[in-house]
Amino acid sequence: MTLLELRGLEVAYGGIKAVKGISLSVAKGELVCLIGTNGAGKTTTLKAIAGLLPVAADAILYDGAPIGGRRAFELVRRGLALVPEGRGVFGQLTVEENLAMGAYVRSDAAAVKLDLERVFSLFPRLAERRSQSAGTLSGGEQQMLAIGRALMSRPKLLLLDEPSMGLAPLMVQKIFETILAVAREGVTILLVEQNARLALEVGSRGYVMETGLITLSGPACELLTDPKVRAAYLGEAD
Amino acid sequence: MDIFLQQIINGLTLGSVYAIVALGYTMVYGIIQLINFAHGELVMIGAMVAFSVINALAGTHLPPVLIVLIGVLAAVPACMLVGYAMERIAYRPLRNAPRLAPLITAIGISIILQHVALLVWSRNPLAFPQIIPFVTFSVGGAIISGVQIAIILISVLMMGALTFMVYRTKLGIAMRATSQNPQVAGLMGIDIDRIISFTFIVGAALAAVAGVMVGTYYGIAHYGMGSLLGMKAFSAAVLGGIGNLAGAMLGGILLGIVEALGAGYIGDLTNNVFGSNYQDVFAFLVLIGVLVFRPSGLLGERVGDRA
Repeated sequence: MTLLELRGLEVAYGGIKAVKGISLSVAKGELVCLIGTNGAGKTTTLKAIAGLLPVAADAILYDGAPIGGRRAFELVRRGLALVPEGRGVFGQLTVEENLAMGAYVRSDAAAVKLDLERVFSLFPRLAERRSQSAGTLSGGEQQMLAIGRALMSRPKLLLLDEPSMGLAPLMVQKIFETILAVAREGVTILLVEQNARLALEVGSRGYVMETGLITLSGPACELLTDPKVRAAYLGEAD
Repeated sequence: MDIFLQQIINGLTLGSVYAIVALGYTMVYGIIQLINFAHGELVMIGAMVAFSVINALAGTHLPPVLIVLIGVLAAVPACMLVGYAMERIAYRPLRNAPRLAPLITAIGISIILQHVALLVWSRNPLAFPQIIPFVTFSVGGAIISGVQIAIILISVLMMGALTFMVYRTKLGIAMRATSQNPQVAGLMGIDIDRIISFTFIVGAALAAVAGVMVGTYYGIAHYGMGSLLGMKAFSAAVLGGIGNLAGAMLGGILLGIVEALGAGYIGDLTNNVFGSNYQDVFAFLVLIGVLVFRPSGLLGERVGDRA
């Protein structure tokens, strides 16, 4: 069953179209990745889905309903969570307060507490630093916090924007292991990455985006061996 | 009589009021980076509404404390409504405008509110009726009145309650999250419009109580009382570091004490060339000093939140 569907989504900043009519779909329980170079429109696409940019209502279908142009705070209540590019942790709030904000829309205190423990078991580093302000964490720890915080809302659809950005290789590996673990728990994920190889290794399907358009799509394993993808995104010559 | 101690007591009283008003400036600045120059007018409206109610009830045989309490209970919702309306009508449409636009709007709102007050209450001041017996206590050579004690206690109580709200409740954490990054706060499901409205309402409620306190202290309220008080409280907020709650409280108290000591000693220091009528100068001397030597204020913006 399809959880998210984009139908000819267009997003413009002023007069400039950053996304020029793209269509894609994500089925329930899938981990789909969207790859492409800098400036291809990947982040813009995610922001539009999450309700941060104005778009036509029926360009985005979520859980069967048109949500284009709905504001972000309403969509969170419907199970949609975005981990923004650059992580966006609240630097002056403690780790625990950041996580509490992730659960802002929930009123089931007991279950929230259980989820907090779950996030801490997923990321023991965060448990050690629970009362430290988030601004003092390393980049990798902030990424863990941003993902953990998004999980606190118990999302049905998790949108991840460049989770590997600016992180050391070891930390990238750790983050991607967690993403896989979250996916296995049944959370649907749409992953945007510049690190195409990594993304296609964890994802089941992929879309390739270039200058605002989707130019290629298919099962991740096929994209990994596609000569065009290998040349353009995986840094391999033919 | 010990002038020094006496002026400290007077300064603490006035400083508590400045602190409460400064909190309103600093909260709004913290959340939308706007200096709400109309905030002083909320103090005035609080005092005027309360005094109207108190004067109307002064002839009855209700206990004086109850009369003042009813006055406060009328002033607080009135100010909350005005505070909410000014954000909703004047500032919200300008949220994405260049920063100068809402600033000038704030000055406009301030003028409008003063003139509405002038229409409603005329230019004659309202006097606080003589219903509260003037009680004084003597402490170490200085005198403290019952009203002063009440002002200091109520202010401390309100500052404590606000601090608890901002740092310990979910709503308060959401306020701080919104002030740090409104877009990400939206991604958490926080309706930032509601948080901003709430901030204005809380600031307005504090302003209302401050208005009643300062009016009761001086025994008088009039339509223009908000502007000077507002400017001083704004100076206090800048002194403490605008956007910082603890800074507003500290700045307010310090400014009150500086002003009282200045007024108490300026005659002696200048051989009576300047008298205590120069009291109002000190707040602005402090403001200029802060802007020159420490623009971020005493407890200004903690940095290091971007790793």
